[in-house]
Amino acid sequence: MGVYQCDHHGQRFRFNSLREVMAHASPLRSGDQLAGLAAPTAAARVAARYVLADLPLGTFLEDLLVPYESDEVSRLIVDSHDKAAFAPVRHLSVGGLRDWLLSPEADTASLRAVAAGLTPEMVAAVSKLMRNQDLILVAAKCENVTAFRSTIGLKGRLSSRLQPNHPSDDPAGIAASILDGLLHGAGDATIGINPALDNVPNAMALVAMLDELRERYAIPTQTCVLTHVTNTLAMIEQGAPVDLVFQSVAGSEKANNGFGVSLSVLAEAMDAAHSLKRGTVGDNVMYFETGQGAALSGDGHHGVDQQTMETRAYAVARAFKPLIVNTVVGFIGPEYLFDGKQIIRAGLEDHFCGKLMGLPMGCDVCYTNHAEADQDDMDVLMTLLVNAGCGFLIAVPGADDVMLNYQSLSFHDILYLRSLMKVQPAPEFEAWLESMDMLTPGRQIRAPEPSSRLARLFDQQGARG
Amino acid sequence: MSTPTKPVTNDGQHALWDRLRARTSARIGLGRVGTALPLDEVLKFQFAHAAARDAVHTPLDMAALAHDLAPLPTLLLASAAPDRATYLRRPDLGRQLSAESAALITPERCDLVFVIGDGLSATAVQQHAAPLVRACLPELVGLSIGTIMLVQEARVAVGDPIGAAMGARMSIVLIGERPGLSVADSLGIYLTYAPGPGRMDSERNCISNIHGHGGLDYAAAARTLGWLVREGLKRGLTGIGLKDERPALERSSAQPPILPKP
Repeated sequence: MGVYQCDHHGQRFRFNSLREVMAHASPLRSGDQLAGLAAPTAAARVAARYVLADLPLGTFLEDLLVPYESDEVSRLIVDSHDKAAFAPVRHLSVGGLRDWLLSPEADTASLRAVAAGLTPEMVAAVSKLMRNQDLILVAAKCENVTAFRSTIGLKGRLSSRLQPNHPSDDPAGIAASILDGLLHGAGDATIGINPALDNVPNAMALVAMLDELRERYAIPTQTCVLTHVTNTLAMIEQGAPVDLVFQSVAGSEKANNGFGVSLSVLAEAMDAAHSLKRGTVGDNVMYFETGQGAALSGDGHHGVDQQTMETRAYAVARAFKPLIVNTVVGFIGPEYLFDGKQIIRAGLEDHFCGKLMGLPMGCDVCYTNHAEADQDDMDVLMTLLVNAGCGFLIAVPGADDVMLNYQSLSFHDILYLRSLMKVQPAPEFEAWLESMDMLTPGRQIRAPEPSSRLARLFDQQGARG
Repeated sequence: MSTPTKPVTNDGQHALWDRLRARTSARIGLGRVGTALPLDEVLKFQFAHAAARDAVHTPLDMAALAHDLAPLPTLLLASAAPDRATYLRRPDLGRQLSAESAALITPERCDLVFVIGDGLSATAVQQHAAPLVRACLPELVGLSIGTIMLVQEARVAVGDPIGAAMGARMSIVLIGERPGLSVADSLGIYLTYAPGPGRMDSERNCISNIHGHGGLDYAAAARTLGWLVREGLKRGLTGIGLKDERPALERSSAQPPILPKP
């Protein structure tokens, strides 16, 4: 633990710890201000970046931001660090890593090879030296592919989670939103419900309904009820058709305790889901959600800035080979990410950091009504993310989640991205859309027609409720 | 080339979407113009967002609320957050009283104190707080109720220092909930036994979604409140220990259906 300092224009800037260098180097955001961790001046912010740029990457293996002894996430990070993978970059400073990432030598294969050698602190540090365009360019070079019934993360593809939430979990209402999403070609990352009533019997009913619907139309995707991991464990024990285990995770043991989870319960749930052997083209069974501010909100941030804590959550996710990791970037509110600018920056950081660590990253491009943001900001972020090779995005009917009371992307937004950037759904799902006569000759999603097979099937069988 | 098509142009589709819309308030079957939403839907969405934004940013008219509550005695207070911009960034300040306001409170040794705070929807508080308090009073007969505290820039936990300063056995915080696009005027009630410093959210009971668009109505909320207050005072607790003991409470904590099931 040293004192870090630098001189600029006759002014000396001192930082009392590595934690302080990291926090002060972060782009301004309300969550770090709330925690009292933000740089005191704009000049101090840049000075911290100068300091950070010169630090050897190995610093982060010695000067731990969260103590090894008191935090199982720190132990996971240190104990699972792959020294062989780290070797090609171990001689670099944080600034040197930035330059290497932007160089042609850092191609898809070498980025994949180095991932296990990078700790979340190294990744968070380098992100603080990168402009938005750097975050986009490097993330676009990463390709992290996972699979269950569909294959997610291939270049040139964009998947979506169809989020058919309902204020009272009415099955017919949920099915209506699913049909709407499928007719827009959404749902290849997963069809996943956030339940309004969070208990095991209700989740059992919902997951059975989802599975029946998926089977009926032979949709090559996976379904999920986003309930607590212990509920999912109970559901598996009771014989429920569980595809994916969902859990929100954060970057410290204490913050995870606040979510009621530990690494051991996540491992238990992963094993239980594997034992069902429900995947057809792959066996990635975990679905994690994260978001900057979660650790502070759970009083488990250890004086570390929120972007670094978020990246530590990716170390938790990485240990369980997830199918998808979703940063719910604007959901937490303006006390953590104040406005569209902060949400856009955080979304790009999270996506970059997750992908550099080898994760199948996606994003809930979203905001709440008390944040200084609107759909125009979401247009910018989603367009940037797809340029950055984002694996999947969340989509809800008309961008309005009527259960969680916030705004995400609409099914139409996914169509816009497909049309503009020529990104196709997961290959298995694309073939299914074709079999349902839902693709135009130009591989775009057909506008629903009276003869639409899916709507007709649904009308006959599904909407009787 | 595909031409813009709206599903509503076909009778069969129209009937299907009408049937489906009866089961959810979600924005389904909106149609398409190319890949985009039809303009009418874009503007509907923008109007709903504007209403939610206005609910967050319109100041609570404290004098009008005091007038609506009269002749019940009221005291006008402010949290330590000096303005809305600070309030949104600093939830910690919204949980404390300003020094001036703290000095205004005198102990009343009452059973209950109503604390009415703007929260994230002054619209909800302006519309629902006074009639809701009136609906609650018959359910609380026999209990002493202190001066009603009206608090600007308030978070739920501001009821803790107020309740402690009043010497109240329980605080009842009425507060505007975070507005959504479909409902911008939803009110929530939080009950805290022995309010004071260090109380955790798990030590409170919540009755949420009180509004006029298919939400909980005043009478139902008041009945639930009456039961929780009496049971909480009898058992000497609120929060997790007071949950799940009455079907009505479960109903109140869940979001009610938008439409009755057929």
